[in-house]
Amino acid sequence: MTVLSVEGLSVEFRTRGGTVRALDRVGFTLAAGETLALVGESGSGKSVTAFALLGLLDAAGRVTTGRAVLEGVDLASASPRVMAGIRGRRAAMIFQNPRAALNPIRPIGTQIADVLRRHAGLGRRAAAVQAVAMLRGVGIPDPERRARAYPFDLSGGMCQRVVIAIAVAARPALLIADEPTTGLDVTTQATVMDLLERLAAENGMATLLITHDLALAAERATRIAVMHAGHIVEDADTATLLAHPRHPYTRRLLAATPTGAGVLDDLHSIPGHLPDLRRDDLPPCRYAARCERRVAAYDGPLTWRMLAPGHRVACWNPA
Amino acid sequence: MTGGVTSAKVSSSALGHAQHVLAENPVTAFAAGLFLFLAVVALLGPAVAPFDPLASDTMAALQAPSLRHLFGTDQLGRDILSRCLVATRLDLGIAAASVALVFVLGGFAGLAAGFFGGWVEALVGRVADTIMAFPLFVLAMGIVAALGNTVPNIVLATAIINFPLYVRVARAETSLRRDAGFVDAARVAGHRDMAVLLRQVAPNIMPIMVVQMSLTMGYAILNAAGLSFIGLGVRPPMPEWGIMVAEGASFIVSGEWWVALFPGATLMVAVFCFNLLGDGLRDIVDPKRRT
Repeated sequence: MTVLSVEGLSVEFRTRGGTVRALDRVGFTLAAGETLALVGESGSGKSVTAFALLGLLDAAGRVTTGRAVLEGVDLASASPRVMAGIRGRRAAMIFQNPRAALNPIRPIGTQIADVLRRHAGLGRRAAAVQAVAMLRGVGIPDPERRARAYPFDLSGGMCQRVVIAIAVAARPALLIADEPTTGLDVTTQATVMDLLERLAAENGMATLLITHDLALAAERATRIAVMHAGHIVEDADTATLLAHPRHPYTRRLLAATPTGAGVLDDLHSIPGHLPDLRRDDLPPCRYAARCERRVAAYDGPLTWRMLAPGHRVACWNPA
Repeated sequence: MTGGVTSAKVSSSALGHAQHVLAENPVTAFAAGLFLFLAVVALLGPAVAPFDPLASDTMAALQAPSLRHLFGTDQLGRDILSRCLVATRLDLGIAAASVALVFVLGGFAGLAAGFFGGWVEALVGRVADTIMAFPLFVLAMGIVAALGNTVPNIVLATAIINFPLYVRVARAETSLRRDAGFVDAARVAGHRDMAVLLRQVAPNIMPIMVVQMSLTMGYAILNAAGLSFIGLGVRPPMPEWGIMVAEGASFIVSGEWWVALFPGATLMVAVFCFNLLGDGLRDIVDPKRRT
């Protein structure tokens, strides 16, 4: 069952230096229980996609075209009031820096209770009791006492568990996890991801995992969509994408990801850098300037090629 | 909240922290003690005054300080010590009411300006600029003269001239936190702007606002007394420090210095107390700005 369907989503930011075309016709679908990883280097538009979905772009940014339908509601055109009712209730998000995402001077129990009171219609007392249960549910020991703790009392991993508890408190259909484990050490990373997987399975929740870590995506996602400069360039199920990457950028990205067996010398950096998205004459393929498979003859509109069912690539000359 | 045990534990640790802080800052401890003394005098008022502050005794007019009248007597034979003590409630009351009023108005305006930006910020900023364009004491005089010579109007005038200070502090502190992770997180959790503003941002700027309140208390006391001094505030025969200084001023030349000196000294002690307390609180809240 499709939970989220994004079609042709474009986002622009108006800045003093010109209009930044941060997202260009981004599209993907996400089914219940599925985890889609959005991978790409910094600035490729992963987080902008998340903020656009939740209607939280800052004042300079706006969605110019496209739809993002969550359970029948188009998030791109919904009113602020409707969006406030969807955020936290049907779509939730967790952040890269969990400590910053928690209010430093309020006990964590009340921060969870806030969401329960807002979305589950619980009273103050019932929400406080439920908040303790949520803390227990995300594996925090001694939840009765920890509910009264402040964020600075807790480790980074604990804080991320609290943030996750807040995110899933109202049992959303969609969870956006924006670099959820980047600030955590490796063992904590694993337990946090296990927790996310368990919660997703229990609630039939769709997860949009935003990460620059292809290894993490490979391990945890059912599907991977590769982003470059505001485009999705390749989209396939995880096994296919890893075994048969077709877009030159995906191949480069894989070559730049360490594997257990490899040595450091085998890692490759990707030449060039992201194009300046303020340019008016952006080429149809934004990777062209960095691409070793570039073919001068191709200059028409860039269209999707279906290589196999569920595997598509935006490239004139796929490998 | 989960019951009495918890809150008792929390408050005892808060008390312990306060004790620790006061032990580390003897000056702040002194100011806190002075504040407690003033607060008690303000609350008890007439009960601690040795004489009726309004009872005149022309036989005992303009007596120098003695054991019977520690601060001497004024031109109507009223006991100056009693009048100074009784005036504490009125002077501190006016100052506290005006500070509370401007805390709510200025604090909220500054919060909204810092949080929403745009036209809200422009509007609040222009109002604050307009107030600051006047010499503040002259503005306060104008407000009281125009609205009438009553205690509520003194409170209002004192609040208005402090408005820009509160707006500035609240706006600056809020805009620092506008893009904080927890504000984004609260929005993502579906809280409306007003809820984010009041439940997430406001508690974070509270410490600095409390410091601001203590620092402006002294100024508010001076302003209220100043208005009364020039005849635009509380009216005689009500005991009030500013009036008492004004009444005593004419006797200084003829040698009866105590009539003006003691009310003035009381005023000074009160202002001094709040300024010290404010400095101390600021050091506790923000050690980096220690002076």
